[in-house]
Amino acid sequence: MTRVEMTQHLYRFFPQFKNQLITVPAGSVAEVLHAVNEIAPGFTDYVLDENGALRRHVNLSINNTMVIDKIKLSDRVPEDGTVYIFQSLSGG
Amino acid sequence: MSNMTLPNMILLGTRKGTIIFDRINASWQPRPIMHAGVPVCYVTRDPRDGTLWASLDHGHWGPKLSRSRDNGATWQDITSLKYPNGARYIVKYLPTPDFNPESPSALPEYANAAVLKIWNIAFGNANQPGKLYAGTIPGGLFVSDDGGDSWELNRPLWNHHSRGGDLFSGDATSENCWNGTPASIDYGVFEPGIHSIAVDPRNPEHMYVSVSTAGVIETTDGGKNWHSRNQGMLNDYMPNPESEWGHDPHFVTYCSGQPDHLWQQNHCGVFYSDDGAKRWKKVSMPDVGVNFGFPIVADAKDGRTAWVVPAQADSERMAINGGLSIARTNDGGQSWQSFRDGLPQENAYDIVLRHGLDASGDYLCFGSTSGNVYLSEDRGETWQSLGHNFPPIYSVRFG
Repeated sequence: MTRVEMTQHLYRFFPQFKNQLITVPAGSVAEVLHAVNEIAPGFTDYVLDENGALRRHVNLSINNTMVIDKIKLSDRVPEDGTVYIFQSLSGG
Repeated sequence: MSNMTLPNMILLGTRKGTIIFDRINASWQPRPIMHAGVPVCYVTRDPRDGTLWASLDHGHWGPKLSRSRDNGATWQDITSLKYPNGARYIVKYLPTPDFNPESPSALPEYANAAVLKIWNIAFGNANQPGKLYAGTIPGGLFVSDDGGDSWELNRPLWNHHSRGGDLFSGDATSENCWNGTPASIDYGVFEPGIHSIAVDPRNPEHMYVSVSTAGVIETTDGGKNWHSRNQGMLNDYMPNPESEWGHDPHFVTYCSGQPDHLWQQNHCGVFYSDDGAKRWKKVSMPDVGVNFGFPIVADAKDGRTAWVVPAQADSERMAINGGLSIARTNDGGQSWQSFRDGLPQENAYDIVLRHGLDASGDYLCFGSTSGNVYLSEDRGETWQSLGHNFPPIYSVRFG
């Protein structure tokens, strides 16, 4: 299984994830995110746009490596890997 | 005083959230901020059932509608407003200094639409419960028939010949006449957007939508066919000032009691139509500062009466000569009166954006991007402040 860690900013919309260990089947980043969406319907609407691309001010990494394909999210997540979801910094 | 019902709420959409003032006895009291920390570009109240609507621009998480059915106590994000698969549009590029018009080519370039901003929310008529409209960037008109649970893109407008034809089914068959909007660097989005939606109270099949950098567009058959309504418009900076398309209305509204009377504050002046937008007439009066600005509001009963908040044009987008004023016409723009009583007359640099002014009976209210809110209870003649330290204000609506 793959782990998913997310910025606490997302707990505002998905409080059910607070202090929870999130694990989903390994696969592409897109598959991982859609598996999270199965647990919390609407989740991908916050991270992805309606074309399935990563929103401009959201960053994803697999372990310590930023994902390369931000359009189709085809990067593979290993079985023991962790996907980190965090927001890009922005101004005031 | 007119005999209209007094408004009970003022709704502010601000850079840091939604702020609601309640009228309690004779004073207006702000509640604690809602959607705290989230940019909110428009907030309004459905007069039919009291539902409150806010358009959120979550910086990281994308634009969302937010709905409150308990008068603002709790809000729910709604994520159902999305472009359908295959909704494409022709990209317009920002005219930055490094833009090379020869590259990549003169051929249209297409992009898949994603919601960049939900710019305006409007309601169907009293006999159409649950009918809602939303105007988005890039230029989509969305319609809901179930109180916002589901939304559908109006395809005839999206596929209009003025923007290249039906790009769902193939490449452009006509020229794209909808330009881009080089708005402010910290808040603007370049794609053309729908910022004004006006549904005829007499006939809900009859509507106007307005698009920055395209103009006013009318349907008389409930959105099946759309026609430009820009005759009489003058666009100073275009090669052909009277072109059918390419006008830049900042806000377009009408008199709800006399819906054939429409008003717009345009990039190139104030324009008025008394024949249902068949013909517009320029009614600017630069001598009293009525020439440039963003918001405009019409009286609910008298179509010849309207208000604007004048500003310096283009190069200096701020109050004129450091003082705030509001201008009113009672005669269809033949003459304008300027009012300043209660408004700051020095060190004022406020700009009021296109949704930042509203009227309800004798009440007027506006909010500026400098975070100042002013209220008049006598049709704009005298003003009081409701506060000076609010976040930048994007919209003001009575509820």
